[in-house]
Amino acid sequence: MRIDKDLVAASATPLVLGILAEGDLYGYAIIKRVSELSGGGMQWTDGMLYPLLHRLERLGYVSSSWGTSESGRRRKHYVITASGREALADRQEQWAVVADALRQVWQSAQRPPAVAEGWA
Amino acid sequence: METHPELEAQIGRWRGYLQRRQAISPADLDELEDHLREQIADRRATGLDDEEAFLVAIKRMGNLDAVSREFAREHSDRLWKQLVLVPEAAGDAGAGRWRELAVVLALAIGAGLTVRAGLSWLGSGNAFASNAGLLVIPFVTAYLAWKRRVSARLAAVLLAGFAALAVFLNAYPFSPGGSTELLAALHAPVVLWLLAGIAYAGGRWRSDNRRMDFVRFTGELAIYYTLLALGGAVLIGLTFAALQIVGADFEPALEGWILPFAVPGALVVAAWLVEAKQNVVENIAPILTRVFTPLTIAMLLALLAVLTAAGGFAEVDRGLLILMDAILMLVLSLLLYSISARDSLAAPGLFDVLQLVLVLAALAVDAAMLTAMLARIAEFGTSPNKIAALGLNLLLLVHLVRTGWLTLGFLRGRRPFGALEHWQTRYLPVYGAWAAVVVVVFPPLFAFS
Repeated sequence: MRIDKDLVAASATPLVLGILAEGDLYGYAIIKRVSELSGGGMQWTDGMLYPLLHRLERLGYVSSSWGTSESGRRRKHYVITASGREALADRQEQWAVVADALRQVWQSAQRPPAVAEGWA
Repeated sequence: METHPELEAQIGRWRGYLQRRQAISPADLDELEDHLREQIADRRATGLDDEEAFLVAIKRMGNLDAVSREFAREHSDRLWKQLVLVPEAAGDAGAGRWRELAVVLALAIGAGLTVRAGLSWLGSGNAFASNAGLLVIPFVTAYLAWKRRVSARLAAVLLAGFAALAVFLNAYPFSPGGSTELLAALHAPVVLWLLAGIAYAGGRWRSDNRRMDFVRFTGELAIYYTLLALGGAVLIGLTFAALQIVGADFEPALEGWILPFAVPGALVVAAWLVEAKQNVVENIAPILTRVFTPLTIAMLLALLAVLTAAGGFAEVDRGLLILMDAILMLVLSLLLYSISARDSLAAPGLFDVLQLVLVLAALAVDAAMLTAMLARIAEFGTSPNKIAALGLNLLLLVHLVRTGWLTLGFLRGRRPFGALEHWQTRYLPVYGAWAAVVVVVFPPLFAFS
Protein backbone atom coordinates (compact mmCIF):
# COMPACT_ATOMS: atom_id res chain seq x y z
CA MET A 1 0.00 0.00 0.00
CA ARG A 2 1.31 3.44 -0.91
CA ILE A 3 0.48 6.32 1.35
CA ASP A 4 -0.66 9.50 -0.32
CA LYS A 5 2.05 12.11 -0.66
CA ASP A 6 0.09 14.87 1.12
CA LEU A 7 -0.55 12.60 4.04
CA VAL A 8 3.14 11.74 4.24
CA ALA A 9 4.00 15.44 4.21
CA ALA A 10 1.44 16.27 6.89
CA SER A 11 2.57 13.50 9.21
CA ALA A 12 6.29 14.01 8.67
CA THR A 13 6.87 16.62 11.37
CA PRO A 14 5.09 14.83 14.25
CA LEU A 15 6.62 11.54 13.15
CA VAL A 16 10.18 12.88 13.15
CA LEU A 17 9.67 14.68 16.45
CA GLY A 18 8.13 11.55 17.93
CA ILE A 19 11.02 9.38 16.78
CA LEU A 20 13.54 11.85 18.16
CA ALA A 21 11.61 11.91 21.45
CA GLU A 22 12.51 8.20 21.75
CA GLY A 23 16.19 9.08 21.50
CA ASP A 24 18.83 10.97 19.47
CA LEU A 25 19.31 9.75 15.92
CA TYR A 26 20.89 10.64 12.60
CA GLY A 27 19.06 11.01 9.29
CA TYR A 28 19.31 7.53 7.87
CA ALA A 29 18.29 5.95 11.18
CA ILE A 30 15.21 8.17 11.29
CA ILE A 31 14.18 6.97 7.82
CA LYS A 32 14.70 3.37 8.89
CA ARG A 33 12.63 3.89 12.00
CA VAL A 34 9.78 5.41 9.95
CA SER A 35 9.81 2.41 7.67
CA GLU A 36 9.86 0.07 10.68
CA LEU A 37 6.99 1.84 12.46
CA SER A 38 4.78 1.79 9.39
CA GLY A 39 5.66 -1.81 8.55
CA GLY A 40 7.29 -0.57 5.34
CA GLY A 41 4.12 1.25 4.33
CA MET A 42 5.57 4.75 4.55
CA GLN A 43 8.36 5.19 2.03
CA TRP A 44 9.78 8.66 2.28
CA THR A 45 11.82 10.28 -0.39
CA ASP A 46 15.04 10.12 1.59
CA GLY A 47 16.42 13.42 0.35
CA MET A 48 13.38 15.32 1.59
CA LEU A 49 14.08 14.43 5.20
CA TYR A 50 17.04 16.79 5.44
CA PRO A 51 15.36 20.05 4.44
CA LEU A 52 12.66 19.06 6.96
CA LEU A 53 15.23 18.46 9.71
CA HIS A 54 16.85 21.79 8.92
CA ARG A 55 13.47 23.52 9.12
CA LEU A 56 12.80 21.91 12.52
CA GLU A 57 16.24 23.02 13.63
CA ARG A 58 15.56 26.59 12.52
CA LEU A 59 12.28 26.52 14.44
CA GLY A 60 14.22 25.37 17.48
CA TYR A 61 12.44 22.01 17.78
CA VAL A 62 15.62 20.00 17.32
CA SER A 63 19.30 20.72 17.70
CA SER A 64 22.10 19.01 15.85
CA SER A 65 25.72 18.15 16.40
CA TRP A 66 28.39 16.56 14.26
CA GLY A 67 29.88 13.29 15.33
CA THR A 68 31.52 10.40 13.55
CA SER A 69 29.99 7.15 12.39
CA GLU A 70 31.47 3.76 13.21
CA SER A 71 33.21 3.84 9.82
CA GLY A 72 34.72 7.25 10.56
CA ARG A 73 32.51 9.45 8.38
CA ARG A 74 31.17 12.77 9.55
CA ARG A 75 27.61 12.28 10.75
CA LYS A 76 25.03 14.76 12.01
CA HIS A 77 22.96 13.73 15.01
CA TYR A 78 19.66 15.32 15.90
CA VAL A 79 18.27 15.83 19.40
CA ILE A 80 14.78 17.01 20.27
CA THR A 81 14.66 20.19 22.36
CA ALA A 82 12.23 21.27 25.09
CA SER A 83 10.25 23.41 22.65
CA GLY A 84 10.32 20.46 20.25
CA ARG A 85 8.64 18.35 22.91
CA GLU A 86 6.02 21.05 23.40
CA ALA A 87 5.41 21.17 19.66
CA LEU A 88 5.15 17.39 19.63
CA ALA A 89 2.58 17.40 22.45
CA ASP A 90 0.60 20.03 20.56
CA ARG A 91 0.69 17.99 17.32
CA GLN A 92 -0.30 14.87 19.20
CA GLU A 93 -3.45 16.59 20.44
CA GLN A 94 -4.27 17.78 16.94
CA TRP A 95 -3.73 14.34 15.44
CA ALA A 96 -5.78 12.75 18.19
CA VAL A 97 -8.69 15.00 17.27
CA VAL A 98 -8.28 14.22 13.57
CA ALA A 99 -7.93 10.48 14.18
CA ASP A 100 -10.94 10.46 16.48
CA ALA A 101 -13.07 12.30 13.94
CA LEU A 102 -12.00 9.91 11.18
CA ARG A 103 -12.74 6.89 13.35
CA GLN A 104 -16.24 8.15 14.08
CA VAL A 105 -17.05 8.95 10.48
CA TRP A 106 -15.79 5.58 9.29
CA GLN A 107 -17.76 3.73 11.92
CA SER A 108 -20.94 5.40 10.74
CA ALA A 109 -19.96 4.85 7.09
CA GLN A 110 -19.78 1.10 7.74
CA ARG A 111 -23.57 1.23 8.30
CA PRO A 112 -24.63 2.78 4.94
CA PRO A 113 -27.70 5.02 5.15
CA ALA A 114 -30.92 3.77 3.54
CA VAL A 115 -31.05 6.70 1.10
CA ALA A 116 -27.87 5.52 -0.65
CA GLU A 117 -29.43 2.11 -1.29
CA GLY A 118 -32.45 3.79 -2.80
CA TRP A 119 -30.21 5.46 -5.40
CA ALA A 120 -28.39 2.32 -6.39
CA MET B 1 37.64 -2.48 4.75
CA GLU B 2 37.32 -3.67 1.16
CA THR B 3 37.43 -1.00 -1.51
CA HIS B 4 35.00 -0.50 -4.34
CA PRO B 5 36.62 1.83 -6.85
CA GLU B 6 33.66 1.80 -9.25
CA LEU B 7 31.19 2.54 -6.46
CA GLU B 8 33.41 5.28 -5.06
CA ALA B 9 33.62 6.86 -8.50
CA GLN B 10 29.83 6.76 -8.79
CA ILE B 11 29.38 8.34 -5.37
CA GLY B 12 31.95 10.96 -6.32
CA ARG B 13 30.04 11.82 -9.48
CA TRP B 14 26.77 12.02 -7.57
CA ARG B 15 28.35 14.34 -5.03
CA GLY B 16 29.85 16.48 -7.77
CA TYR B 17 26.44 16.77 -9.38
CA LEU B 18 24.85 17.91 -6.12
CA GLN B 19 27.72 20.25 -5.39
CA ARG B 20 26.61 22.52 -8.18
CA ARG B 21 23.35 23.26 -6.37
CA GLN B 22 23.75 26.56 -4.60
CA ALA B 23 21.17 25.74 -1.96
CA ILE B 24 23.03 22.65 -0.76
CA SER B 25 26.01 23.45 1.41
CA PRO B 26 29.09 21.22 1.74
CA ALA B 27 27.90 20.19 5.22
CA ASP B 28 24.55 19.11 3.76
CA LEU B 29 26.45 17.17 1.14
CA ASP B 30 28.34 15.31 3.86
CA GLU B 31 25.05 14.52 5.53
CA LEU B 32 23.45 13.30 2.32
CA GLU B 33 26.50 11.28 1.37
CA ASP B 34 26.54 9.59 4.76
CA HIS B 35 22.89 8.71 4.19
CA LEU B 36 23.60 7.35 0.72
CA ARG B 37 26.46 5.21 1.97
CA GLU B 38 24.36 3.80 4.81
CA GLN B 39 21.60 2.94 2.37
CA ILE B 40 24.08 1.28 0.01
CA ALA B 41 25.63 -0.71 2.86
CA ASP B 42 22.18 -1.94 3.94
CA ARG B 43 21.23 -2.90 0.38
CA ARG B 44 24.51 -4.77 -0.03
CA ALA B 45 23.84 -6.60 3.21
CA THR B 46 20.61 -7.90 1.64
CA GLY B 47 22.63 -9.37 -1.23
CA LEU B 48 22.60 -6.68 -3.91
CA ASP B 49 25.83 -5.93 -5.75
CA ASP B 50 27.45 -2.46 -5.75
CA GLU B 51 25.74 -1.30 -8.90
CA GLU B 52 22.26 -2.38 -7.79
CA ALA B 53 22.73 -1.06 -4.27
CA PHE B 54 23.83 2.32 -5.66
CA LEU B 55 20.86 2.51 -8.00
CA VAL B 56 18.38 1.68 -5.23
CA ALA B 57 19.99 4.21 -2.89
CA ILE B 58 19.85 6.92 -5.56
CA LYS B 59 16.23 6.10 -6.29
CA ARG B 60 15.30 6.29 -2.64
CA MET B 61 17.11 9.61 -2.31
CA GLY B 62 14.57 11.04 -4.70
CA ASN B 63 14.61 13.47 -7.60
CA LEU B 64 17.60 15.72 -6.99
CA ASP B 65 15.92 18.73 -8.56
CA ALA B 66 13.00 18.40 -6.17
CA VAL B 67 15.31 17.81 -3.21
CA SER B 68 17.47 20.81 -4.00
CA ARG B 69 14.32 22.91 -4.50
CA GLU B 70 13.27 21.85 -1.03
CA PHE B 71 16.68 22.85 0.31
CA ALA B 72 16.35 26.19 -1.48
CA ARG B 73 12.96 26.80 0.16
CA GLU B 74 14.48 26.21 3.56
CA HIS B 75 17.73 28.08 2.89
CA SER B 76 16.77 30.85 0.49
CA ASP B 77 19.64 32.90 1.90
CA ARG B 78 22.06 30.50 0.27
CA LEU B 79 20.88 31.56 -3.15
CA TRP B 80 22.60 34.83 -2.33
CA LYS B 81 26.08 33.57 -2.68
CA GLN B 82 28.11 34.70 0.25
CA LEU B 83 31.66 35.70 -0.30
CA VAL B 84 33.59 33.61 2.20
CA LEU B 85 37.09 35.00 2.44
CA VAL B 86 38.30 32.92 5.35
CA PRO B 87 36.32 29.67 5.62
CA GLU B 88 35.35 28.61 9.12
CA ALA B 89 36.05 24.95 8.58
CA ALA B 90 39.53 24.04 9.67
CA GLY B 91 41.84 22.18 7.33
CA ASP B 92 44.37 22.86 4.63
CA ALA B 93 42.18 25.28 2.70
CA GLY B 94 41.48 27.28 5.85
CA ALA B 95 45.14 27.58 6.76
CA GLY B 96 45.96 28.66 3.20
CA ARG B 97 43.34 31.36 3.35
CA TRP B 98 44.71 32.73 6.62
CA ARG B 99 48.17 32.77 5.12
CA GLU B 100 46.79 34.64 2.12
CA LEU B 101 45.12 37.17 4.39
CA ALA B 102 48.43 37.70 6.17
CA VAL B 103 50.24 38.22 2.85
CA VAL B 104 47.57 40.66 1.66
CA LEU B 105 47.68 42.68 4.86
CA ALA B 106 51.48 42.75 4.86
CA LEU B 107 51.51 43.98 1.25
CA ALA B 108 48.78 46.55 1.94
CA ILE B 109 50.74 47.91 4.89
CA GLY B 110 53.93 47.76 2.81
CA ALA B 111 52.27 49.86 0.10
CA GLY B 112 51.10 52.30 2.78
CA LEU B 113 54.57 52.59 4.28
CA THR B 114 56.12 53.11 0.85
CA VAL B 115 53.67 55.86 -0.03
CA ARG B 116 54.20 57.46 3.39
CA ALA B 117 57.98 57.33 2.90
CA GLY B 118 57.57 58.64 -0.65
CA LEU B 119 55.60 61.60 0.67
CA SER B 120 58.33 62.35 3.18
CA TRP B 121 61.18 62.14 0.69
CA LEU B 122 59.62 63.48 -2.48
CA GLY B 123 57.20 65.98 -1.01
CA SER B 124 53.70 66.10 -2.46
CA GLY B 125 54.66 67.81 -5.72
CA ASN B 126 55.52 66.61 -9.23
CA ALA B 127 58.16 64.14 -8.10
CA PHE B 128 55.61 62.29 -5.98
CA ALA B 129 52.98 62.37 -8.73
CA SER B 130 55.48 60.82 -11.19
CA ASN B 131 56.27 58.03 -8.78
CA ALA B 132 52.83 57.41 -7.26
CA GLY B 133 52.07 54.39 -9.43
CA LEU B 134 55.55 53.05 -8.88
CA LEU B 135 55.03 53.17 -5.11
CA VAL B 136 51.79 51.19 -5.17
CA ILE B 137 51.40 48.94 -8.21
CA PRO B 138 54.47 46.77 -7.42
CA PHE B 139 52.64 45.66 -4.26
CA VAL B 140 49.56 44.60 -6.20
CA THR B 141 51.89 42.87 -8.65
CA ALA B 142 53.69 41.16 -5.77
CA TYR B 143 50.38 39.81 -4.49
CA LEU B 144 49.43 38.50 -7.93
CA ALA B 145 52.89 37.03 -8.42
CA TRP B 146 52.68 35.33 -5.02
CA LYS B 147 49.20 34.03 -5.80
CA ARG B 148 50.28 32.65 -9.19
CA ARG B 149 53.55 31.30 -7.79
CA VAL B 150 55.47 32.84 -10.68
CA SER B 151 58.92 31.54 -11.51
CA ALA B 152 61.98 33.29 -10.13
CA ARG B 153 62.94 34.29 -13.66
CA LEU B 154 59.61 36.04 -14.26
CA ALA B 155 59.82 37.73 -10.86
CA ALA B 156 63.26 39.02 -11.82
CA VAL B 157 61.93 40.31 -15.16
CA LEU B 158 59.07 42.14 -13.41
CA LEU B 159 61.44 43.59 -10.86
CA ALA B 160 63.77 44.73 -13.63
CA GLY B 161 60.79 46.36 -15.37
CA PHE B 162 59.84 48.30 -12.26
CA ALA B 163 63.44 49.30 -11.64
CA ALA B 164 63.92 50.48 -15.23
CA LEU B 165 60.76 52.57 -15.03
CA ALA B 166 61.91 54.06 -11.74
CA VAL B 167 65.23 55.01 -13.33
CA PHE B 168 63.60 56.63 -16.37
CA LEU B 169 61.11 58.60 -14.29
CA ASN B 170 63.68 59.88 -11.83
CA ALA B 171 67.04 60.04 -13.61
CA TYR B 172 65.88 61.96 -16.71
CA PRO B 173 66.78 65.65 -16.34
CA PHE B 174 63.22 66.94 -16.90
CA SER B 175 62.98 70.70 -17.11
CA PRO B 176 60.75 71.89 -14.29
CA GLY B 177 57.10 72.18 -15.21
CA GLY B 178 57.81 70.67 -18.65
CA SER B 179 55.21 68.69 -20.49
CA THR B 180 57.37 65.61 -21.09
CA GLU B 181 57.55 65.02 -17.34
CA LEU B 182 53.79 65.24 -17.03
CA LEU B 183 53.33 62.95 -20.03
CA ALA B 184 55.73 60.42 -18.55
CA ALA B 185 53.88 60.54 -15.23
CA LEU B 186 50.55 60.02 -17.01
CA HIS B 187 51.76 57.11 -19.12
CA ALA B 188 53.86 55.29 -16.51
CA PRO B 189 50.82 53.70 -14.75
CA VAL B 190 49.80 52.06 -18.03
CA VAL B 191 53.19 50.37 -18.30
CA LEU B 192 53.04 49.44 -14.60
CA TRP B 193 49.61 47.95 -15.01
CA LEU B 194 50.84 45.92 -17.95
CA LEU B 195 53.58 44.49 -15.72
CA ALA B 196 50.89 43.65 -13.16
CA GLY B 197 49.03 41.91 -15.99
CA ILE B 198 52.05 39.74 -16.72
CA ALA B 199 52.12 38.70 -13.07
CA TYR B 200 48.35 38.11 -13.20
CA ALA B 201 48.76 35.81 -16.18
CA GLY B 202 51.44 33.96 -14.24
CA GLY B 203 53.81 34.44 -17.14
CA ARG B 204 51.32 33.07 -19.69
CA TRP B 205 50.78 36.54 -21.05
CA ARG B 206 50.59 35.31 -24.62
CA SER B 207 47.36 33.49 -23.85
CA ASP B 208 44.25 35.32 -25.13
CA ASN B 209 42.18 33.86 -22.32
CA ARG B 210 44.52 35.08 -19.63
CA ARG B 211 44.56 38.52 -21.19
CA MET B 212 40.78 38.61 -21.21
CA ASP B 213 40.79 37.46 -17.58
CA PHE B 214 43.08 40.34 -16.76
CA VAL B 215 40.65 42.73 -18.44
CA ARG B 216 37.85 41.30 -16.28
CA PHE B 217 40.06 41.50 -13.22
CA THR B 218 40.79 45.15 -13.91
CA GLY B 219 37.11 46.00 -14.25
CA GLU B 220 36.09 44.20 -11.08
CA LEU B 221 39.05 45.76 -9.28
CA ALA B 222 37.85 49.22 -10.28
CA ILE B 223 34.40 48.45 -8.91
CA TYR B 224 35.64 46.94 -5.66
CA TYR B 225 38.07 49.77 -5.18
CA THR B 226 35.27 52.28 -5.68
CA LEU B 227 33.12 50.47 -3.11
CA LEU B 228 35.96 50.46 -0.60
CA ALA B 229 36.65 54.11 -1.31
CA LEU B 230 32.99 55.02 -0.80
CA GLY B 231 32.87 53.18 2.52
CA GLY B 232 36.12 54.83 3.59
CA ALA B 233 34.85 58.27 2.54
CA VAL B 234 31.72 57.83 4.66
CA LEU B 235 33.80 56.84 7.69
CA ILE B 236 36.22 59.72 7.19
CA GLY B 237 33.41 62.20 6.63
CA LEU B 238 31.63 61.17 9.84
CA THR B 239 34.84 61.26 11.85
CA PHE B 240 35.73 64.61 10.37
CA ALA B 241 32.34 66.09 11.24
CA ALA B 242 32.38 64.70 14.76
CA LEU B 243 35.93 65.93 15.48
CA GLN B 244 35.15 69.33 14.03
CA ILE B 245 32.33 69.81 16.51
CA VAL B 246 34.64 68.86 19.36
CA GLY B 247 37.19 71.28 17.96
CA ALA B 248 39.97 68.80 17.16
CA ASP B 249 41.85 69.22 13.88
CA PHE B 250 41.58 65.98 11.96
CA GLU B 251 43.28 67.17 8.78
CA PRO B 252 46.95 66.56 9.64
CA ALA B 253 46.24 62.98 10.69
CA LEU B 254 44.05 62.44 7.63
CA GLU B 255 46.52 63.81 5.10
CA GLY B 256 49.67 62.62 6.83
CA TRP B 257 48.70 59.11 7.83
CA ILE B 258 45.21 57.86 7.06
CA LEU B 259 45.06 58.60 3.34
CA PRO B 260 48.66 57.52 2.55
CA PHE B 261 47.85 54.14 4.08
CA ALA B 262 44.21 53.74 3.10
CA VAL B 263 44.42 54.67 -0.57
CA PRO B 264 47.20 52.24 -1.63
CA GLY B 265 46.19 49.60 0.94
CA ALA B 266 42.66 49.51 -0.43
CA LEU B 267 44.04 48.72 -3.89
CA VAL B 268 45.85 45.62 -2.62
CA VAL B 269 42.80 44.57 -0.61
CA ALA B 270 40.54 45.12 -3.62
CA ALA B 271 42.82 42.90 -5.72
CA TRP B 272 42.52 40.23 -3.06
CA LEU B 273 38.72 40.53 -2.96
CA VAL B 274 38.47 40.17 -6.72
CA GLU B 275 40.73 37.11 -6.64
CA ALA B 276 38.77 35.57 -3.79
CA LYS B 277 35.38 36.12 -5.29
CA GLN B 278 36.19 35.15 -8.86
CA ASN B 279 33.79 32.23 -8.96
CA VAL B 280 31.58 33.13 -6.05
CA VAL B 281 29.72 36.22 -7.08
CA GLU B 282 28.54 37.16 -10.52
CA ASN B 283 30.83 39.72 -12.07
CA ILE B 284 29.14 43.06 -12.03
CA ALA B 285 31.26 44.99 -14.52
CA PRO B 286 29.62 43.33 -17.53
CA ILE B 287 26.16 44.08 -16.16
CA LEU B 288 27.12 47.72 -15.73
CA THR B 289 28.29 47.85 -19.34
CA ARG B 290 24.83 46.77 -20.44
CA VAL B 291 23.32 49.65 -18.53
CA PHE B 292 25.88 52.19 -19.66
CA THR B 293 26.32 51.30 -23.33
CA PRO B 294 23.05 52.95 -24.44
CA LEU B 295 23.67 55.89 -22.10
CA THR B 296 27.17 56.36 -23.46
CA ILE B 297 25.86 56.32 -27.02
CA ALA B 298 23.44 59.09 -26.05
CA MET B 299 26.28 61.03 -24.42
CA LEU B 300 28.57 60.72 -27.46
CA LEU B 301 25.84 61.77 -29.86
CA ALA B 302 24.91 64.75 -27.68
CA LEU B 303 28.56 65.82 -27.48
CA LEU B 304 28.99 65.47 -31.23
CA ALA B 305 25.86 67.53 -31.87
CA VAL B 306 26.88 70.28 -29.46
CA LEU B 307 30.45 70.45 -30.76
CA THR B 308 29.35 70.51 -34.38
CA ALA B 309 26.89 73.27 -33.59
CA ALA B 310 29.70 75.17 -31.87
CA GLY B 311 31.82 74.99 -35.01
CA GLY B 312 33.75 71.74 -34.64
CA PHE B 313 36.90 70.96 -32.74
CA ALA B 314 39.22 73.36 -34.55
CA GLU B 315 38.39 76.23 -32.26
CA VAL B 316 38.31 74.36 -29.01
CA ASP B 317 41.11 74.27 -26.52
CA ARG B 318 43.45 71.59 -25.27
CA GLY B 319 41.42 70.91 -22.12
CA LEU B 320 38.47 69.71 -24.17
CA LEU B 321 40.66 67.45 -26.30
CA ILE B 322 42.06 65.82 -23.16
CA LEU B 323 38.54 65.34 -21.81
CA MET B 324 37.41 63.81 -25.08
CA ASP B 325 40.36 61.41 -24.92
CA ALA B 326 39.24 60.38 -21.46
CA ILE B 327 35.73 59.79 -22.78
CA LEU B 328 37.06 57.66 -25.62
CA MET B 329 39.08 55.57 -23.15
CA LEU B 330 35.89 55.05 -21.16
CA VAL B 331 34.07 53.94 -24.30
CA LEU B 332 36.87 51.52 -24.99
CA SER B 333 36.63 50.00 -21.52
CA LEU B 334 32.87 49.66 -21.92
CA LEU B 335 33.48 47.87 -25.18
CA LEU B 336 36.11 45.58 -23.67
CA TYR B 337 33.88 44.61 -20.78
CA SER B 338 30.84 43.87 -22.86
CA ILE B 339 33.03 41.73 -25.09
CA SER B 340 34.68 39.99 -22.15
CA ALA B 341 31.29 39.14 -20.66
CA ARG B 342 29.58 37.95 -23.80
CA ASP B 343 29.09 34.27 -24.40
CA SER B 344 31.13 33.88 -27.55
CA LEU B 345 28.85 31.14 -28.87
CA ALA B 346 25.60 33.11 -28.58
CA ALA B 347 23.98 34.35 -31.77
CA PRO B 348 24.14 38.07 -32.64
CA GLY B 349 21.50 40.10 -30.83
CA LEU B 350 20.23 43.59 -30.22
CA PHE B 351 23.05 44.36 -27.82
CA ASP B 352 25.63 43.63 -30.51
CA VAL B 353 23.89 46.17 -32.74
CA LEU B 354 24.04 48.68 -29.88
CA GLN B 355 27.70 47.93 -29.51
CA LEU B 356 28.28 48.65 -33.17
CA VAL B 357 26.43 51.96 -32.78
CA LEU B 358 28.68 52.77 -29.84
CA VAL B 359 31.78 51.99 -31.88
CA LEU B 360 30.53 54.15 -34.77
CA ALA B 361 29.72 57.07 -32.46
CA ALA B 362 33.16 56.77 -30.85
CA LEU B 363 34.74 56.63 -34.30
CA ALA B 364 32.95 59.81 -35.32
CA VAL B 365 34.23 61.57 -32.20
CA ASP B 366 37.73 60.22 -32.73
CA ALA B 367 37.80 61.28 -36.39
CA ALA B 368 36.60 64.77 -35.48
CA MET B 369 39.30 65.01 -32.81
CA LEU B 370 42.01 63.80 -35.15
CA THR B 371 41.02 66.43 -37.71
CA ALA B 372 41.12 69.12 -35.05
CA MET B 373 44.51 67.94 -33.82
CA LEU B 374 46.04 67.82 -37.28
CA ALA B 375 44.69 71.31 -37.90
CA ARG B 376 46.28 72.51 -34.65
CA ILE B 377 49.58 70.86 -35.49
CA ALA B 378 49.55 72.40 -38.97
CA GLU B 379 48.81 75.79 -37.47
CA PHE B 380 50.99 75.83 -34.34
CA GLY B 381 53.60 73.12 -35.03
CA THR B 382 54.28 70.03 -32.97
CA SER B 383 54.69 69.70 -29.22
CA PRO B 384 55.14 66.65 -26.98
CA ASN B 385 51.53 66.98 -25.81
CA LYS B 386 50.15 67.10 -29.34
CA ILE B 387 52.20 64.16 -30.55
CA ALA B 388 51.26 62.08 -27.52
CA ALA B 389 47.58 62.88 -28.02
CA LEU B 390 47.82 62.26 -31.75
CA GLY B 391 49.46 58.89 -31.16
CA LEU B 392 46.80 57.85 -28.67
CA ASN B 393 44.01 58.90 -31.00
CA LEU B 394 45.56 57.02 -33.91
CA LEU B 395 45.80 53.89 -31.73
CA LEU B 396 42.16 54.34 -30.76
CA LEU B 397 41.19 54.85 -34.39
CA VAL B 398 42.83 51.59 -35.47
CA HIS B 399 41.30 49.76 -32.51
CA LEU B 400 37.81 51.11 -33.15
CA VAL B 401 37.84 50.69 -36.94
CA ARG B 402 38.85 47.05 -36.70
CA THR B 403 36.41 46.44 -33.83
CA GLY B 404 33.60 48.00 -35.86
CA TRP B 405 34.52 45.96 -38.91
CA LEU B 406 34.64 42.70 -36.96
CA THR B 407 31.36 43.50 -35.16
CA LEU B 408 29.71 44.14 -38.50
CA GLY B 409 31.09 40.87 -39.83
CA PHE B 410 29.75 39.09 -36.75
CA LEU B 411 26.31 40.68 -37.09
CA ARG B 412 26.14 39.58 -40.72
CA GLY B 413 27.11 36.09 -39.72
CA ARG B 414 30.40 36.15 -41.62
CA ARG B 415 32.71 35.94 -38.65
CA PRO B 416 32.66 34.22 -35.28
CA PHE B 417 32.54 36.34 -32.15
CA GLY B 418 35.90 34.88 -31.22
CA ALA B 419 37.56 37.00 -33.91
CA LEU B 420 36.37 40.13 -32.12
CA GLU B 421 37.66 38.87 -28.77
CA HIS B 422 40.95 37.89 -30.35
CA TRP B 423 41.39 41.36 -31.82
CA GLN B 424 40.86 43.02 -28.41
CA THR B 425 43.30 40.85 -26.54
CA ARG B 426 45.91 41.03 -29.31
CA TYR B 427 45.71 44.80 -29.47
CA LEU B 428 45.92 45.58 -25.75
CA PRO B 429 49.75 45.42 -25.44
CA VAL B 430 50.00 48.09 -28.17
CA TYR B 431 48.73 50.64 -25.64
CA GLY B 432 51.39 49.51 -23.19
CA ALA B 433 54.08 49.78 -25.86
CA TRP B 434 52.91 53.28 -26.77
CA ALA B 435 52.90 54.31 -23.10
CA ALA B 436 56.44 52.96 -22.75
CA VAL B 437 57.49 55.00 -25.78
CA VAL B 438 56.01 58.15 -24.25
CA VAL B 439 57.82 57.48 -20.96
CA VAL B 440 61.17 56.42 -22.38
CA VAL B 441 61.60 57.98 -25.83
CA PHE B 442 59.63 61.23 -25.63
CA PRO B 443 61.71 63.05 -22.99
CA PRO B 444 65.06 62.77 -24.86
CA LEU B 445 63.29 63.27 -28.20
CA PHE B 446 61.87 66.62 -27.05
CA ALA B 447 64.95 67.60 -25.03
CA PHE B 448 63.13 67.04 -21.69
CA SER B 449 61.07 70.17 -22.32
